[in-house]
Amino acid sequence: MKNKVIGDSVPRWDARAKVCGRADYTADIPVKNALHGKIVRAGIAHGRVLCLDIEDALRVPGVVKILTPADLPKTKFATAGHPYSLEPGGDVYDKNILTDYVRLYGDEIAAVIAETPLAAAVAAEKVVARYEELPFYLTTEEAMADGAVELHEGVKNNILADTTASVGDVEQGFAQADHIFESEYQTQIVQHCHMENQAAVAYQDADGRWTCISSTQIPHICRRILGEALEMPWSKFRVIKPFIGGGFGNKQDVIIEPLVVAMSMAVGGRAVRLELEGEEVLAYTRVRHAIRYRSKVGVTKDGRITAWQMDAVSKTGAYASHGHSIAAKGAGILSTLYEIPNMIYRSRTVLTNTGNAGAMRGYGVPQITFAIEAMTEKICSALNMDSFEFRLKNFKKEGAPHPLNGIPMATNKVADCLTQGKAAFGWDGKMAAALGDKGGIIRRGLGVAAFSYATAVYPYSLEIAGCRLTMNQDGTVKMMVGATEIGQGSDTGLIQIAAETLGVPAEMVYAEAVTDTDIAPFDTGCYASRQIYVTGMAVAKAAQELKDKICRAAEQFYKISSQVLDIEDAYIINTTTGDRVASLGDLALYTYYDKARARTLTAEVSNNCHNNSYPMGVTFAEVEVDTQTGVVTLLSMLNAHDSGVIINPLLAEGQVEGGMGMGVGFALGEDLFYDTKTGAPLNNNLLDYKIPTAMDVPELGVLFVQPVDPYGPFGAKGLGEPPLCSPAAAIRNAVCQALGFEIDSLPLTPGKVFAAIAAHRSGGEANV
Amino acid sequence: MRKAINVEVNGKAHEMFVDERLSLLELLRDELQLTGTKQGCGVGECGACAVLVDGKAVDSCIYLAVWADSRKVTTIEGIAATDGTLSDIQESFVESGAIQCGFCTPGLVIAATALLDQQPEPSRAQIRRGLSGNLCRCTGYSKIIDAVENVAKTRNGG
Repeated sequence: MKNKVIGDSVPRWDARAKVCGRADYTADIPVKNALHGKIVRAGIAHGRVLCLDIEDALRVPGVVKILTPADLPKTKFATAGHPYSLEPGGDVYDKNILTDYVRLYGDEIAAVIAETPLAAAVAAEKVVARYEELPFYLTTEEAMADGAVELHEGVKNNILADTTASVGDVEQGFAQADHIFESEYQTQIVQHCHMENQAAVAYQDADGRWTCISSTQIPHICRRILGEALEMPWSKFRVIKPFIGGGFGNKQDVIIEPLVVAMSMAVGGRAVRLELEGEEVLAYTRVRHAIRYRSKVGVTKDGRITAWQMDAVSKTGAYASHGHSIAAKGAGILSTLYEIPNMIYRSRTVLTNTGNAGAMRGYGVPQITFAIEAMTEKICSALNMDSFEFRLKNFKKEGAPHPLNGIPMATNKVADCLTQGKAAFGWDGKMAAALGDKGGIIRRGLGVAAFSYATAVYPYSLEIAGCRLTMNQDGTVKMMVGATEIGQGSDTGLIQIAAETLGVPAEMVYAEAVTDTDIAPFDTGCYASRQIYVTGMAVAKAAQELKDKICRAAEQFYKISSQVLDIEDAYIINTTTGDRVASLGDLALYTYYDKARARTLTAEVSNNCHNNSYPMGVTFAEVEVDTQTGVVTLLSMLNAHDSGVIINPLLAEGQVEGGMGMGVGFALGEDLFYDTKTGAPLNNNLLDYKIPTAMDVPELGVLFVQPVDPYGPFGAKGLGEPPLCSPAAAIRNAVCQALGFEIDSLPLTPGKVFAAIAAHRSGGEANV
Repeated sequence: MRKAINVEVNGKAHEMFVDERLSLLELLRDELQLTGTKQGCGVGECGACAVLVDGKAVDSCIYLAVWADSRKVTTIEGIAATDGTLSDIQESFVESGAIQCGFCTPGLVIAATALLDQQPEPSRAQIRRGLSGNLCRCTGYSKIIDAVENVAKTRNGG
């Protein structure tokens, strides 16, 4: 049967509230008589706090209390928004709410609670710390060197983890190769730059428990981490997530919530607000891992990969956060993009005194895709082989098992993305123009890059999601999920899944802006592009269960066997006659108010997902490089995606365009710098750390190839993160094609490109 | 120091006695509970706090409340008609899919309102320039530019 709601561009349910300023974010929610918090941050990058002088700060009018590490639990907690693991060896418990051992410039060493934000800020400036300084390490090389001070006791050479994944025998693979290629690639530190800074407010509720309203992607995980950080039973905390102004993974870490709850505890349960400033968010929350890759690839003369050896060194900053999982994920990405009979992938995650790296949209895939697809172009160029032919020859085939976990790639249309995208982009015409443009000052180039991604975290971690549906008195349906809408549109997609399954129009299903751990079904939250996929499964199951209940209730009230009843357009239908039996509204009145037989209809499902599906895709980019200034101008870009069936084309396009926009920043400009003399961040503001404006993003093309994935609800696979996976790699390949030589690090700023051109002209080292 | 000001906000006159250091954003959010205007960066970089002052878009986080004395301020709450009917720009944002997390949306609607008042027939490049003071991290700007272009086309007779 043809879908009625799936595949329709239903407007997002919250759009009208947002466009009128009626959507309440954390800072908009009125809380009575709240105090205000301010974090006191370390002014060194590594060392011990010998003493904290808070006397002057306490004298600032309006200051209520100043917390120091001595006031807080000594137990360490893990900040990463991963599901709790019953097995040992999961997350790294390395964080205190406040610390007297500083591991990064800006580390949290004390916190002021005051009557006004101004008093809190003034007092925070007056807290004086005396330190015993230790050497600090801004690079992984320095941190790993013998004799380097351990940032965390017992972490030898500051290597948090060192793992290897392999398939086949690479030495044998290299022996079979006609050509061997080697290269090194480096990505930089970038930041999420969500428009709403981290904000939270905490207070003691009427039942004595602690409520924390927070801009978090992971309310249920946040509740558990509050329990761990504050050494109390998890149920003593209630986390409420209102509308969120973006997260992109930064709010998949528990960063300010334990502190704001501790602040409220310190003032007898009175409400305390803690809102970070933009400059704090940029430098002191989470960032993307900068990763250095070394690749060695063996290829036959007809262009088949025989072996790929890859070594990744990932900079995780001062604390583990998501730790090693980001670098380690690369093995699966490499081996599901290309058919590589012999692969070895080593990854090391290294602690440094820089911004704490955590989850960021793509979870390491934009980094490794840059390294893989830069190498792919190197090979194509050396073999004088067409970029498309080489990829088509080597792409992992649909149906093949994941080489490392055995789960089959049930759908994989990366080849269709490549060929259909090439045509839609007008590659051949643009290439002809670019090739005719090689002599001048302004040079044109085209680039392509493909990626592989995995939806959700199965089989490496728990995958669970919940949904509760209730039929209202008028036959409409209230949908409660523990999944977290952060702007991506998942709520609207989930409404569509519920509506399609139930047989009602989308406007008859109501979502909920607030995710409240006391009310919403358990769900681990927003990450891994999992919500339409995993939560969507729970919604579809709950909707089927509710539909069955509706039909059975109708049998009771209308004396027609439920076996022949169905729901279409919000009417109960007799499928044998085609007649409408009753509207859902009529039936609902009976289920609520029939004196003898009333029983309200609800369905609740907790879905444990044991599948994984693979979104794939390709980016095409066209650039102009000004060889006199090094400025790269993007002329056009197109992303072609296989994310299975698209639930809502308009919202899906928005996801893709947004990811491409972030990719432009990753490719061409964003880079968080540190002062080598002090370890202080240098450009943690949006004037000096430039994210793309409306003038920096070109016209964007979007194309979907839509196989019906057998696992995902209605054939859908994840789409949130994939759009950011390949743009930077494609832009880099386009720039290199324009220039005729390689640049192997990001970002491609005018300064770097200019220097590379100068070096190339003088016959020096082309690689930068 | 406090100072008396007369400011008209969304058509309503207010006589207020405000701290001279207070920003217009703080006045709107904290004193008048008009929380539709958002605080983003707080230092005039992102445009999330944009409001109209005498028809011109300003970043209210770096605009002192006392500067609004004797002026007319329009916030996002004052853009729709009093009966709740959305402005054509708001309607177009909804229809074009220009809204994701929505945190930049009020500022962008304000910026687009000022832009089309000053430049009724902008090219896409002019729209890009006109909105370049408002950062959005979700959308890649594409559908926002579509939304504004669609309004301009409709206003100019299709």
